[in-house]
Amino acid sequence: MPSLQASRHLLAATDEQERTLARSGAPPFDDVLIQNGLPLLETTRIEVLQVNVGKLCNQTCAHCHVDAGPDRREAMSRETAGKVVELLRRHDILTLDITGGAPELNPQFRFLVDEAAKLGRRVIDRCNLTVLTLPGQADLLPYLAERKVEITASLPSFRPAGTDAQRGDGVFQKSIAALKMLNDVGYGKGTGLVLDLVHNPVGAFLPGKQTSLERDYRRELSSRYAIVFDHLHTITNMPISRFLEFLERSGNTESYMDLLVRSFNPAAAAGVMCRTHLSIGWDGALYDCDFNQMLALPVGQGAPGTVDELLASGSLSRRVRTGLHCFGCTAGAGSSCGGALE
Amino acid sequence: MDTYYCPHDLAKFGDMGKNRPELWAKFMDYYSSVFADGALTEREKALIALAVAHTVQCPYCIDAYTNACLEKGSDLDQMTEAVHVATAIRGGSSLVHGVQMRNIAQKIGM
Repeated sequence: MPSLQASRHLLAATDEQERTLARSGAPPFDDVLIQNGLPLLETTRIEVLQVNVGKLCNQTCAHCHVDAGPDRREAMSRETAGKVVELLRRHDILTLDITGGAPELNPQFRFLVDEAAKLGRRVIDRCNLTVLTLPGQADLLPYLAERKVEITASLPSFRPAGTDAQRGDGVFQKSIAALKMLNDVGYGKGTGLVLDLVHNPVGAFLPGKQTSLERDYRRELSSRYAIVFDHLHTITNMPISRFLEFLERSGNTESYMDLLVRSFNPAAAAGVMCRTHLSIGWDGALYDCDFNQMLALPVGQGAPGTVDELLASGSLSRRVRTGLHCFGCTAGAGSSCGGALE
Repeated sequence: MDTYYCPHDLAKFGDMGKNRPELWAKFMDYYSSVFADGALTEREKALIALAVAHTVQCPYCIDAYTNACLEKGSDLDQMTEAVHVATAIRGGSSLVHGVQMRNIAQKIGM
């Protein structure tokens, strides 16, 4: 399946995505914060540097907010990766969270992992699992294990149908094979090699309770496939890019946005990840989160806009730039790259 | 009102708490306890609820528990099996009452 960009879909354009969301009738996000007695979002302490190294992926998932795929070529250069490492060196940011695309396919992935490991940083690889089964990636798993890179892996369902519907035909079986490989080298067994799974709803609805789903995942994956893992994170599908295309095609945009707005949770809003994250694009531009990055909404005026500017200024604090998609992180139990917020 | 059942009415369920709110509160307290994780997971309970919803043929319940089953991680195969369980019990309950028919027929027949 081609990406939206490759198929020249209208929704490949970020301004068309924003217009589509605006037509849903959802109220401005900041207005809802104010109505609930909450302050506008500002950063607190930056704990996670989330780096999106590029859009190349071996899969074309139906819900992908990046519009990643085999036909995408955007990729971080060594020069930019070097600046990311310099940023880590200068700032006390404890976690490097590497995402994509399939980040492991980027030539700078191992450079970033190696350098962050040397600095003693916790490193997270947002892994699609099937990348571990690619013929050219046979040395990837021992590489990750040796450096104790934490794996956060997508598995929307413990059943084949849901996983394949969202991620492509045959992905479930390959994912199971990859999870067995991870377990075989010690991942997910509480021995310091962290294997977390990510559940995204397979459709236009919110995820169920994280603790309950984790229990089901643990039991089903253990009994059916003898697979173990550490934690399950539930993440709400963000109404942008390919998931927005699905919403439009299925006539669900308005009802999904209504669901997100109706489910606004002030407690979740207070804990959204953009307050403690800084997102870097493949070209070195700075964003409040990976979703803003995909909507081409850079950090607000006054804040350093690129890694270069940040290295020059040193200031990490900023006002968060919001939009209608932000309701995706504040609905129900809340949602972040680390799962539910309460 | 041009129909007894309107999908938008499901969102008005809470209006039943506007009179005798203490009864509503007791019901909701019980209801939320019933559906919380216990010996059965929330997902399993939602599948039971979906089957029962088809047995009592409540369109509101079918709507609510179709959504709940999907949210809690069930897929269409599992939900279809749950409806078949309800169907089998409904059909089986008719069939087993055939024993009554046979008892009576045997008693009065020649």
